[in-house]
Amino acid sequence: MSYMKKSPWIMHYDASSCNGCDIEVLACLTPLYDVERFGIINTGNPKHTDIFVVTGGINEQNRAVVKNIYDQIPEPKVVVAVGICATSGGVFRECYNIMGGIDKIIPVDVYVPGCAARPESIIDGIVTALGVLEKKRQLMKEPAGKTDVTGGEKK
Amino acid sequence: MISILNAVLFIILAPLIGGLIAGIDRKITARMQGRMGPPLLQPFYDVAKLFEKENVVVTPSQNYYVLSYIVFIAVSGALFFSGGDLLLVIFAFTLAHIFLVLGAYSTNSPYSFIGAERELIQIIAYEPMIILSAVGMYMVTKSFFVSDIMNSPIPVIVYLPGIFIGFLMVLTIKLRKSPFDLSTSHHAHQEIVKGVTTEFSGSGLGKIEIAHWYENVFLLGFIYLFFAFNPVIALAAIIVTYLIEIFIDNTFSRVKWQYTIKSAWIVAGTLGIVNLAVLYYLSGVMG
Repeated sequence: MSYMKKSPWIMHYDASSCNGCDIEVLACLTPLYDVERFGIINTGNPKHTDIFVVTGGINEQNRAVVKNIYDQIPEPKVVVAVGICATSGGVFRECYNIMGGIDKIIPVDVYVPGCAARPESIIDGIVTALGVLEKKRQLMKEPAGKTDVTGGEKK
Repeated sequence: MISILNAVLFIILAPLIGGLIAGIDRKITARMQGRMGPPLLQPFYDVAKLFEKENVVVTPSQNYYVLSYIVFIAVSGALFFSGGDLLLVIFAFTLAHIFLVLGAYSTNSPYSFIGAERELIQIIAYEPMIILSAVGMYMVTKSFFVSDIMNSPIPVIVYLPGIFIGFLMVLTIKLRKSPFDLSTSHHAHQEIVKGVTTEFSGSGLGKIEIAHWYENVFLLGFIYLFFAFNPVIALAAIIVTYLIEIFIDNTFSRVKWQYTIKSAWIVAGTLGIVNLAVLYYLSGVMG
């Protein structure tokens, strides 16, 4: 039995978000939504993290930061891009300093669109991420080459 | 006099009891904040998950420090519950925390350094009071052995009310509760990232968590000694004490380290020393 899905600790990073999505992410922690019901804790330390939640698009200032945080998270890990800016760059896509969505720098597993993304859809995105997390954990335990890494089911 | 069975029982049962207490703690905390809270067994899920994760280390030596931490915490608790010498228990207990501090220092991370320094400050803050508690118990029961204090018919709490209040004060530090959760904390979103545990991940962090459960059970056992003349009162005192700690945790904001050390020493210096002085005086009067 795996406990990965029962205790997902998230880390939230604001790339170049307008703070709209960040407020919605924090709203999930309030008594109304209380994500600690599912064992979800907002950690603030990449080394304690399972799910990396990023809001806002990538710009020149934070591309190194996002990459660095991602590299410090122990395996298995998943990335959730929250908000339309994080998924594609949104209305800032054409700006001279914006490189686009989070997937330009690190592999993203779940995209949560919306401007701003609602707490319900953020929670839905995190729960979807739990499935990916569990799959990655199984992949970690198997010897290399046994399973199709592109997401194919175990034979 | 020393019971091996109790020591073995402690080593096996303490993580289960400690984890359960942590679960109840989180549930009550959530209710106090108007939230539903995680499942009762959430602390076990957390630790089980941590052991499934990759253990990222900065330096291999940090693994050995964490191992030493958990081993010495378990040894000090086992010595305590088997009825050993209270002074030796306190010595092993302090040594265990020194290993945690060394582990944090070994990682060369600025966040870890701050956490390690704060952990040292906490040790400086609570150590006098814990030693005074042992001395107080010796003055009342004429023995440093836990087994003797346990079997003593004397109601220790009646003679040591000041020391008991002082012990509750440092218990807040030891349980890592607000307002004294300086070096690392349960609830804070990020207290200087996460203090001593900053550079620990996966199984290393899991071991620190289990060691903390051992520690909590040992500390609650220490409260038992004050009420050892009546087990029912003792258990009630442990439950009430822990509920008060949860309440304090949710009521107060974190204080600066200067205030922590000052208040801990002032309480130890007034309540603790005055209590001992009165006891010394009375023992002279009554022979």
